[in-house]
Amino acid sequence: MTEVDAGLWTTVADVAAALCLLAGAFLTFAAGVGVVRFPSLLARMHVVTKPQVLGLVLLLLALGLRVRSWSAVALLLLVVVFQLATAPVAAHLVSRAGFRTGKVDETGLHPNEMGEVPDDDPPASATSGPRAP
Amino acid sequence: MTVVVVVAAVLVAVAALLALVRIERGPSMLDRALGLDLLTAGLVGAIAIEAAWSRRTETVPILVAMSLVGFVGSVVLSRFAAREPGSEPGSDAHASGEVPPEDRIDGQGGRQ
Amino acid sequence: MSDQSLRELVRSGLRRALVQWPAVVLLTGVWVLLWGDVSWANLVGGAALAVVVVTLFPLPPVRTEATFRPVAVGRLVVSFAADLFVASFQVAWLALRPGPVPQGAVVQVRLHNPDDVFLTVTAVLATLVPGSLVVETSRRRGTLFLHVLDVEGSGGVEGVRRHVQQLEERVLRAFAAAAVLERTGVAVRPTGRPDPRAGKGAGA
Repeated sequence: MTEVDAGLWTTVADVAAALCLLAGAFLTFAAGVGVVRFPSLLARMHVVTKPQVLGLVLLLLALGLRVRSWSAVALLLLVVVFQLATAPVAAHLVSRAGFRTGKVDETGLHPNEMGEVPDDDPPASATSGPRAP
Repeated sequence: MTVVVVVAAVLVAVAALLALVRIERGPSMLDRALGLDLLTAGLVGAIAIEAAWSRRTETVPILVAMSLVGFVGSVVLSRFAAREPGSEPGSDAHASGEVPPEDRIDGQGGRQ
Repeated sequence: MSDQSLRELVRSGLRRALVQWPAVVLLTGVWVLLWGDVSWANLVGGAALAVVVVTLFPLPPVRTEATFRPVAVGRLVVSFAADLFVASFQVAWLALRPGPVPQGAVVQVRLHNPDDVFLTVTAVLATLVPGSLVVETSRRRGTLFLHVLDVEGSGGVEGVRRHVQQLEERVLRAFAAAAVLERTGVAVRPTGRPDPRAGKGAGA
Protein backbone atom coordinates (compact mmCIF):
# COMPACT_ATOMS: atom_id res chain seq x y z
CA MET A 1 0.00 0.00 0.00
CA THR A 2 1.66 3.16 -1.13
CA GLU A 3 0.37 6.64 -0.66
CA VAL A 4 0.76 8.69 -3.80
CA ASP A 5 -0.16 12.34 -3.96
CA ALA A 6 -2.98 12.79 -6.35
CA GLY A 7 -1.93 14.69 -9.40
CA LEU A 8 -1.44 14.58 -13.10
CA TRP A 9 0.98 11.68 -13.04
CA THR A 10 -1.32 9.57 -10.95
CA THR A 11 -4.10 10.08 -13.44
CA VAL A 12 -1.84 9.33 -16.37
CA ALA A 13 -0.59 6.15 -14.72
CA ASP A 14 -4.11 5.05 -13.89
CA VAL A 15 -5.31 5.59 -17.44
CA ALA A 16 -2.32 3.69 -18.79
CA ALA A 17 -3.00 0.92 -16.29
CA ALA A 18 -6.62 0.73 -17.41
CA LEU A 19 -5.56 0.44 -21.05
CA CYS A 20 -3.05 -2.27 -20.17
CA LEU A 21 -5.68 -4.14 -18.19
CA LEU A 22 -8.12 -4.10 -21.08
CA ALA A 23 -5.53 -5.11 -23.67
CA GLY A 24 -4.13 -7.88 -21.48
CA ALA A 25 -7.54 -9.27 -20.64
CA PHE A 26 -8.51 -9.13 -24.31
CA LEU A 27 -5.42 -11.08 -25.33
CA THR A 28 -6.02 -13.67 -22.62
CA PHE A 29 -9.60 -14.02 -23.80
CA ALA A 30 -8.41 -14.44 -27.38
CA ALA A 31 -6.03 -17.12 -26.17
CA GLY A 32 -8.95 -18.94 -24.56
CA VAL A 33 -10.97 -18.76 -27.77
CA GLY A 34 -8.03 -19.98 -29.79
CA VAL A 35 -7.37 -22.89 -27.49
CA VAL A 36 -10.90 -24.14 -28.04
CA ARG A 37 -11.27 -23.22 -31.71
CA PHE A 38 -7.96 -24.15 -33.28
CA PRO A 39 -7.99 -27.55 -34.91
CA SER A 40 -4.55 -28.96 -34.21
CA LEU A 41 -2.23 -29.26 -31.27
CA LEU A 42 0.46 -27.09 -32.78
CA ALA A 43 -1.94 -24.32 -33.72
CA ARG A 44 -3.14 -24.27 -30.12
CA MET A 45 0.46 -24.12 -29.00
CA HIS A 46 0.85 -20.83 -30.85
CA VAL A 47 -2.01 -19.38 -28.87
CA VAL A 48 -0.50 -20.42 -25.58
CA THR A 49 2.87 -18.92 -26.37
CA LYS A 50 2.13 -15.55 -27.89
CA PRO A 51 -1.14 -13.87 -26.86
CA GLN A 52 -1.13 -15.50 -23.45
CA VAL A 53 2.37 -14.32 -22.60
CA LEU A 54 1.83 -10.77 -23.81
CA GLY A 55 -1.56 -10.67 -22.13
CA LEU A 56 -0.06 -11.66 -18.83
CA VAL A 57 2.78 -9.19 -19.25
CA LEU A 58 0.27 -6.41 -19.89
CA LEU A 59 -1.79 -7.36 -16.84
CA LEU A 60 1.33 -7.30 -14.69
CA LEU A 61 2.35 -3.98 -16.21
CA ALA A 62 -1.02 -2.61 -15.23
CA LEU A 63 -0.51 -3.88 -11.71
CA GLY A 64 2.91 -2.23 -11.59
CA LEU A 65 1.41 1.05 -12.76
CA ARG A 66 -1.25 0.88 -10.08
CA VAL A 67 0.93 -0.03 -7.10
CA ARG A 68 3.90 2.24 -7.44
CA SER A 69 6.30 0.56 -5.05
CA TRP A 70 9.70 -0.65 -6.12
CA SER A 71 9.64 -3.95 -4.29
CA ALA A 72 6.42 -4.99 -6.00
CA VAL A 73 7.73 -3.87 -9.37
CA ALA A 74 10.88 -5.92 -8.82
CA LEU A 75 8.82 -9.02 -8.14
CA LEU A 76 6.63 -8.34 -11.17
CA LEU A 77 9.74 -7.97 -13.30
CA LEU A 78 10.81 -11.38 -12.06
CA VAL A 79 7.46 -12.87 -13.06
CA VAL A 80 7.71 -11.34 -16.52
CA VAL A 81 11.22 -12.69 -17.02
CA PHE A 82 10.13 -16.14 -15.86
CA GLN A 83 7.21 -16.08 -18.25
CA LEU A 84 9.30 -15.00 -21.21
CA ALA A 85 11.92 -17.62 -20.43
CA THR A 86 9.68 -20.57 -19.61
CA ALA A 87 6.77 -20.26 -22.03
CA PRO A 88 8.83 -21.05 -25.14
CA VAL A 89 10.56 -23.94 -23.38
CA ALA A 90 7.27 -25.45 -22.29
CA ALA A 91 5.78 -24.97 -25.74
CA HIS A 92 8.79 -26.55 -27.38
CA LEU A 93 8.71 -29.54 -25.04
CA VAL A 94 5.01 -30.12 -25.55
CA SER A 95 5.08 -29.79 -29.32
CA ARG A 96 8.18 -31.93 -29.62
CA ALA A 97 6.56 -34.62 -27.52
CA GLY A 98 3.53 -34.35 -29.80
CA PHE A 99 5.62 -34.84 -32.89
CA ARG A 100 7.71 -37.67 -31.52
CA THR A 101 4.72 -39.64 -30.29
CA GLY A 102 2.72 -39.07 -33.44
CA LYS A 103 -0.05 -37.07 -31.84
CA VAL A 104 0.28 -34.41 -34.51
CA ASP A 105 -1.50 -35.26 -37.72
CA GLU A 106 0.95 -34.18 -40.34
CA THR A 107 -1.54 -34.41 -43.18
CA GLY A 108 -2.81 -30.90 -42.62
CA LEU A 109 0.60 -29.30 -42.74
CA HIS A 110 1.00 -27.74 -46.13
CA PRO A 111 4.69 -27.45 -46.79
CA ASN A 112 5.87 -30.08 -44.36
CA GLU A 113 9.62 -29.88 -44.28
CA MET A 114 9.91 -32.05 -41.24
CA GLY A 115 11.60 -34.68 -43.36
CA GLU A 116 13.75 -37.03 -41.41
CA VAL A 117 14.45 -35.56 -38.06
CA PRO A 118 17.95 -36.72 -37.28
CA ASP A 119 18.36 -38.21 -33.87
CA ASP A 120 20.67 -35.62 -32.57
CA ASP A 121 23.79 -37.37 -31.51
CA PRO A 122 26.34 -34.65 -31.12
CA PRO A 123 29.82 -35.31 -32.44
CA ALA A 124 31.74 -36.29 -29.39
CA SER A 125 34.63 -33.95 -29.97
CA ALA A 126 33.18 -30.68 -31.14
CA THR A 127 30.36 -29.80 -28.80
CA SER A 128 30.29 -29.58 -25.06
CA GLY A 129 27.20 -31.61 -24.49
CA PRO A 130 25.08 -31.82 -21.35
CA ARG A 131 27.41 -34.24 -19.67
CA ALA A 132 28.37 -33.73 -16.10
CA PRO A 133 32.11 -33.51 -15.77
CA MET B 1 -11.67 2.05 -13.03
CA THR B 2 -14.35 -0.26 -11.69
CA VAL B 3 -15.86 -0.80 -15.12
CA VAL B 4 -12.45 -1.58 -16.58
CA VAL B 5 -11.70 -4.04 -13.82
CA VAL B 6 -15.03 -5.80 -14.22
CA VAL B 7 -14.64 -6.10 -17.98
CA ALA B 8 -11.09 -7.41 -17.64
CA ALA B 9 -12.09 -9.87 -14.94
CA VAL B 10 -14.96 -11.22 -17.04
CA LEU B 11 -12.69 -11.64 -20.07
CA VAL B 12 -10.07 -13.51 -18.05
CA ALA B 13 -12.72 -15.67 -16.39
CA VAL B 14 -14.13 -16.64 -19.79
CA ALA B 15 -10.61 -17.50 -20.95
CA ALA B 16 -10.16 -19.75 -17.93
CA LEU B 17 -13.49 -21.44 -18.62
CA LEU B 18 -12.46 -22.05 -22.23
CA ALA B 19 -9.21 -23.52 -20.96
CA LEU B 20 -11.29 -25.87 -18.79
CA VAL B 21 -13.26 -26.87 -21.88
CA ARG B 22 -10.03 -27.77 -23.62
CA ILE B 23 -8.81 -29.72 -20.59
CA GLU B 24 -12.03 -31.70 -20.54
CA ARG B 25 -12.17 -32.27 -24.27
CA GLY B 26 -8.49 -32.49 -25.17
CA PRO B 27 -7.85 -35.66 -27.09
CA SER B 28 -4.36 -36.14 -25.76
CA MET B 29 -2.47 -35.45 -22.58
CA LEU B 30 -0.59 -32.68 -24.34
CA ASP B 31 -3.76 -30.76 -25.08
CA ARG B 32 -4.57 -30.94 -21.41
CA ALA B 33 -1.12 -29.68 -20.50
CA LEU B 34 -1.71 -26.76 -22.81
CA GLY B 35 -5.10 -26.03 -21.32
CA LEU B 36 -3.62 -26.22 -17.84
CA ASP B 37 -0.98 -23.72 -18.87
CA LEU B 38 -3.65 -21.29 -19.99
CA LEU B 39 -5.68 -21.93 -16.84
CA THR B 40 -2.68 -21.05 -14.71
CA ALA B 41 -2.13 -17.92 -16.74
CA GLY B 42 -5.76 -17.02 -16.22
CA LEU B 43 -5.42 -17.46 -12.48
CA VAL B 44 -2.31 -15.32 -12.38
CA GLY B 45 -4.09 -12.71 -14.45
CA ALA B 46 -7.11 -12.76 -12.12
CA ILE B 47 -4.91 -12.25 -9.08
CA ALA B 48 -3.10 -9.44 -10.87
CA ILE B 49 -6.39 -7.74 -11.73
CA GLU B 50 -7.58 -7.99 -8.14
CA ALA B 51 -4.31 -6.55 -6.85
CA ALA B 52 -4.43 -3.75 -9.40
CA TRP B 53 -7.97 -2.91 -8.32
CA SER B 54 -7.26 -2.77 -4.60
CA ARG B 55 -3.68 -1.48 -4.93
CA ARG B 56 -2.43 -4.13 -2.56
CA THR B 57 0.85 -5.96 -2.96
CA GLU B 58 0.45 -8.86 -0.58
CA THR B 59 -0.64 -11.22 -3.33
CA VAL B 60 2.31 -10.52 -5.62
CA PRO B 61 4.48 -13.41 -4.27
CA ILE B 62 1.67 -15.77 -5.23
CA LEU B 63 2.15 -14.62 -8.81
CA VAL B 64 5.81 -15.58 -8.73
CA ALA B 65 5.06 -19.03 -7.38
CA MET B 66 2.20 -19.73 -9.76
CA SER B 67 4.03 -18.64 -12.87
CA LEU B 68 6.70 -21.21 -12.03
CA VAL B 69 4.24 -23.94 -11.09
CA GLY B 70 2.54 -23.63 -14.46
CA PHE B 71 5.83 -24.19 -16.23
CA VAL B 72 6.76 -27.21 -14.13
CA GLY B 73 3.29 -28.67 -14.68
CA SER B 74 3.44 -28.55 -18.45
CA VAL B 75 7.00 -29.85 -18.54
CA VAL B 76 6.11 -32.82 -16.35
CA LEU B 77 3.00 -33.58 -18.37
CA SER B 78 4.89 -33.49 -21.64
CA ARG B 79 7.54 -35.79 -20.23
CA PHE B 80 4.90 -38.27 -19.17
CA ALA B 81 2.94 -37.95 -22.37
CA ALA B 82 5.95 -39.22 -24.24
CA ARG B 83 5.26 -42.56 -22.55
CA GLU B 84 1.50 -42.50 -22.88
CA PRO B 85 0.08 -45.85 -24.08
CA GLY B 86 -0.65 -45.86 -27.75
CA SER B 87 2.27 -43.65 -28.55
CA GLU B 88 5.11 -46.11 -28.81
CA PRO B 89 5.04 -49.32 -30.80
CA GLY B 90 5.98 -51.38 -27.76
CA SER B 91 3.36 -50.05 -25.44
CA ASP B 92 0.81 -50.00 -28.22
CA ALA B 93 0.61 -53.78 -28.17
CA HIS B 94 0.16 -53.67 -24.44
CA ALA B 95 -2.60 -51.12 -24.68
CA SER B 96 -4.59 -52.83 -27.45
CA GLY B 97 -4.38 -56.35 -26.10
CA GLU B 98 -4.64 -56.57 -22.37
CA VAL B 99 -4.90 -60.35 -22.43
CA PRO B 100 -1.53 -61.59 -23.63
CA PRO B 101 0.53 -60.22 -20.74
CA GLU B 102 -1.93 -61.65 -18.24
CA ASP B 103 -1.83 -64.89 -20.14
CA ARG B 104 1.90 -64.94 -19.89
CA ILE B 105 1.81 -64.34 -16.18
CA ASP B 106 -0.75 -67.08 -15.86
CA GLY B 107 1.40 -69.44 -17.84
CA GLN B 108 4.36 -68.66 -15.67
CA GLY B 109 2.25 -69.26 -12.59
CA GLY B 110 1.14 -72.61 -13.96
CA ARG B 111 4.64 -73.69 -14.63
CA GLN B 112 5.86 -72.88 -11.20
CA MET C 1 29.91 -38.59 4.59
CA SER C 2 33.33 -38.18 6.07
CA ASP C 3 35.10 -34.97 6.91
CA GLN C 4 37.47 -35.39 4.00
CA SER C 5 34.80 -35.71 1.33
CA LEU C 6 32.88 -32.79 2.77
CA ARG C 7 35.94 -30.57 2.54
CA GLU C 8 36.48 -31.74 -1.01
CA LEU C 9 32.89 -30.90 -1.89
CA VAL C 10 33.22 -27.42 -0.44
CA ARG C 11 36.44 -26.81 -2.28
CA SER C 12 35.04 -27.94 -5.63
CA GLY C 13 31.97 -25.83 -4.98
CA LEU C 14 34.01 -22.71 -4.43
CA ARG C 15 36.05 -23.42 -7.51
CA ARG C 16 32.93 -23.84 -9.57
CA ALA C 17 31.47 -20.66 -8.16
CA LEU C 18 34.57 -18.86 -9.33
CA VAL C 19 34.21 -20.31 -12.80
CA GLN C 20 30.48 -19.74 -13.01
CA TRP C 21 30.40 -16.28 -11.55
CA PRO C 22 27.78 -15.01 -14.01
CA ALA C 23 25.38 -17.65 -12.73
CA VAL C 24 26.15 -16.69 -9.15
CA VAL C 25 25.56 -13.01 -9.90
CA LEU C 26 22.32 -13.84 -11.69
CA LEU C 27 20.99 -16.00 -8.86
CA THR C 28 21.92 -13.37 -6.31
CA GLY C 29 20.05 -10.82 -8.37
CA VAL C 30 16.98 -13.05 -8.42
CA TRP C 31 17.21 -13.48 -4.67
CA VAL C 32 17.42 -9.72 -4.08
CA LEU C 33 14.46 -9.19 -6.39
CA LEU C 34 12.48 -11.81 -4.50
CA TRP C 35 13.06 -10.03 -1.22
CA GLY C 36 12.33 -6.72 -2.81
CA ASP C 37 14.99 -4.55 -1.22
CA VAL C 38 18.75 -4.34 -1.35
CA SER C 39 20.44 -4.96 1.97
CA TRP C 40 23.68 -6.58 3.04
CA ALA C 41 21.83 -9.53 4.53
CA ASN C 42 20.03 -10.14 1.26
CA LEU C 43 23.19 -9.80 -0.81
CA VAL C 44 25.28 -12.10 1.36
CA GLY C 45 22.52 -14.64 1.85
CA GLY C 46 21.72 -14.65 -1.84
CA ALA C 47 25.35 -15.10 -2.79
CA ALA C 48 25.75 -17.96 -0.32
CA LEU C 49 22.63 -19.64 -1.63
CA ALA C 50 23.81 -19.13 -5.20
CA VAL C 51 27.11 -20.83 -4.43
CA VAL C 52 25.24 -23.75 -2.88
CA VAL C 53 22.95 -24.02 -5.92
CA VAL C 54 25.85 -23.87 -8.36
CA THR C 55 27.64 -26.57 -6.37
CA LEU C 56 24.73 -28.95 -5.98
CA PHE C 57 23.34 -28.52 -9.48
CA PRO C 58 26.37 -28.10 -11.67
CA LEU C 59 25.97 -27.20 -15.31
CA PRO C 60 28.39 -28.19 -18.02
CA PRO C 61 30.72 -25.42 -19.08
CA VAL C 62 29.62 -23.64 -22.21
CA ARG C 63 32.34 -22.74 -24.57
CA THR C 64 31.25 -19.85 -26.65
CA GLU C 65 32.57 -16.68 -28.12
CA ALA C 66 30.27 -14.20 -26.54
CA THR C 67 30.41 -10.52 -25.98
CA PHE C 68 27.96 -7.76 -25.23
CA ARG C 69 27.17 -4.82 -27.49
CA PRO C 70 24.80 -2.44 -25.73
CA VAL C 71 23.49 -0.69 -28.82
CA ALA C 72 22.79 -3.94 -30.63
CA VAL C 73 21.19 -5.40 -27.52
CA GLY C 74 18.93 -2.37 -27.30
CA ARG C 75 17.98 -2.77 -30.94
CA LEU C 76 17.27 -6.46 -30.34
CA VAL C 77 15.06 -5.71 -27.34
CA VAL C 78 13.09 -3.00 -29.14
CA SER C 79 12.51 -5.08 -32.25
CA PHE C 80 11.62 -8.05 -30.07
CA ALA C 81 9.01 -6.09 -28.15
CA ALA C 82 7.50 -4.73 -31.36
CA ASP C 83 7.44 -8.20 -32.89
CA LEU C 84 5.83 -9.65 -29.79
CA PHE C 85 3.04 -7.09 -29.98
CA VAL C 86 2.44 -7.69 -33.66
CA ALA C 87 2.59 -11.48 -33.34
CA SER C 88 0.24 -11.56 -30.35
CA PHE C 89 -2.44 -9.47 -31.97
CA GLN C 90 -2.05 -11.42 -35.21
CA VAL C 91 -2.68 -14.71 -33.44
CA ALA C 92 -5.51 -13.18 -31.44
CA TRP C 93 -7.11 -11.98 -34.66
CA LEU C 94 -6.71 -15.42 -36.21
CA ALA C 95 -8.43 -16.91 -33.18
CA LEU C 96 -11.32 -14.49 -33.11
CA ARG C 97 -12.09 -13.89 -36.77
CA PRO C 98 -14.88 -15.91 -38.30
CA GLY C 99 -14.08 -18.45 -40.89
CA PRO C 100 -11.73 -21.38 -41.10
CA VAL C 101 -8.58 -21.47 -39.06
CA PRO C 102 -5.34 -22.15 -40.90
CA GLN C 103 -3.65 -25.48 -40.34
CA GLY C 104 -0.10 -24.30 -40.56
CA ALA C 105 3.10 -25.71 -41.91
CA VAL C 106 6.50 -26.89 -40.83
CA VAL C 107 9.48 -25.02 -42.21
CA GLN C 108 13.15 -25.74 -41.87
CA VAL C 109 15.44 -22.84 -41.19
CA ARG C 110 19.18 -23.20 -41.44
CA LEU C 111 20.93 -20.87 -39.06
CA HIS C 112 24.18 -19.06 -39.75
CA ASN C 113 25.92 -20.24 -36.65
CA PRO C 114 25.13 -23.55 -34.99
CA ASP C 115 26.66 -22.60 -31.69
CA ASP C 116 24.63 -23.86 -28.74
CA VAL C 117 24.04 -20.60 -26.96
CA PHE C 118 23.00 -18.60 -29.99
CA LEU C 119 20.87 -21.47 -31.25
CA THR C 120 19.05 -21.52 -27.92
CA VAL C 121 18.52 -17.78 -27.75
CA THR C 122 17.30 -17.65 -31.32
CA ALA C 123 14.97 -20.59 -30.76
CA VAL C 124 13.42 -19.02 -27.67
CA LEU C 125 12.94 -15.68 -29.37
CA ALA C 126 11.61 -17.30 -32.54
CA THR C 127 9.02 -19.18 -30.53
CA LEU C 128 7.79 -15.97 -29.00
CA VAL C 129 7.96 -13.76 -32.01
CA PRO C 130 7.22 -14.09 -35.68
CA GLY C 131 4.22 -16.38 -35.91
CA SER C 132 6.39 -19.42 -35.53
CA LEU C 133 6.98 -22.16 -33.02
CA VAL C 134 10.09 -24.26 -32.72
CA VAL C 135 9.08 -27.90 -32.71
CA GLU C 136 12.43 -29.54 -33.23
CA THR C 137 16.03 -28.55 -33.48
CA SER C 138 19.01 -30.22 -34.94
CA ARG C 139 21.99 -29.08 -33.04
CA ARG C 140 24.51 -30.70 -35.28
CA ARG C 141 23.27 -29.09 -38.43
CA GLY C 142 22.19 -25.87 -36.80
CA THR C 143 18.66 -26.19 -38.10
CA LEU C 144 15.40 -25.15 -36.53
CA PHE C 145 12.11 -26.80 -37.45
CA LEU C 146 9.41 -24.21 -37.09
CA HIS C 147 5.68 -24.61 -37.11
CA VAL C 148 4.12 -21.61 -38.80
CA LEU C 149 0.49 -20.87 -38.20
CA ASP C 150 -0.31 -18.64 -41.12
CA VAL C 151 2.12 -19.19 -43.96
CA GLU C 152 0.51 -16.78 -46.43
CA GLY C 153 0.27 -14.09 -43.80
CA SER C 154 3.96 -14.21 -43.04
CA GLY C 155 5.14 -14.03 -46.60
CA GLY C 156 5.40 -17.67 -47.56
CA VAL C 157 8.09 -20.15 -46.66
CA GLU C 158 10.87 -17.90 -47.85
CA GLY C 159 9.48 -15.03 -45.84
CA VAL C 160 9.54 -17.12 -42.68
CA ARG C 161 13.12 -18.18 -43.34
CA ARG C 162 14.22 -14.64 -43.98
CA HIS C 163 12.47 -13.40 -40.87
CA VAL C 164 14.08 -15.96 -38.58
CA GLN C 165 17.49 -15.41 -40.11
CA GLN C 166 17.16 -11.68 -39.57
CA LEU C 167 16.26 -12.43 -35.97
CA GLU C 168 19.35 -14.57 -35.63
CA GLU C 169 21.49 -11.85 -37.16
CA ARG C 170 20.21 -9.42 -34.56
CA VAL C 171 21.04 -11.93 -31.83
CA LEU C 172 24.52 -12.45 -33.22
CA ARG C 173 25.13 -8.73 -33.57
CA ALA C 174 24.11 -8.32 -29.96
CA PHE C 175 26.00 -11.15 -28.32
CA ALA C 176 28.47 -12.85 -30.66
CA ALA C 177 32.14 -12.10 -30.72
CA ALA C 178 33.69 -10.41 -33.70
CA ALA C 179 35.26 -13.66 -34.87
CA VAL C 180 31.84 -15.28 -35.13
CA LEU C 181 30.45 -12.33 -37.04
CA GLU C 182 33.36 -12.46 -39.42
CA ARG C 183 33.05 -16.19 -39.92
CA THR C 184 29.34 -16.11 -40.61
CA GLY C 185 29.50 -12.93 -42.62
CA VAL C 186 26.65 -11.35 -40.70
CA ALA C 187 28.02 -7.87 -40.36
CA VAL C 188 28.97 -7.62 -43.99
CA ARG C 189 25.73 -8.73 -45.60
CA PRO C 190 22.63 -8.10 -43.51
CA THR C 191 20.24 -10.47 -45.33
CA GLY C 192 22.33 -12.92 -47.28
CA ARG C 193 22.04 -16.63 -47.68
CA PRO C 194 24.22 -18.49 -45.23
CA ASP C 195 27.37 -19.86 -46.70
CA PRO C 196 27.52 -23.61 -46.79
CA ARG C 197 29.83 -24.39 -43.94
CA ALA C 198 31.62 -27.58 -44.81
CA GLY C 199 30.52 -29.97 -42.10
CA LYS C 200 31.58 -27.77 -39.24
CA GLY C 201 30.00 -28.87 -36.00
CA ALA C 202 29.92 -26.16 -33.38
CA GLY C 203 31.87 -22.99 -33.07
CA ALA C 204 35.41 -23.74 -32.05
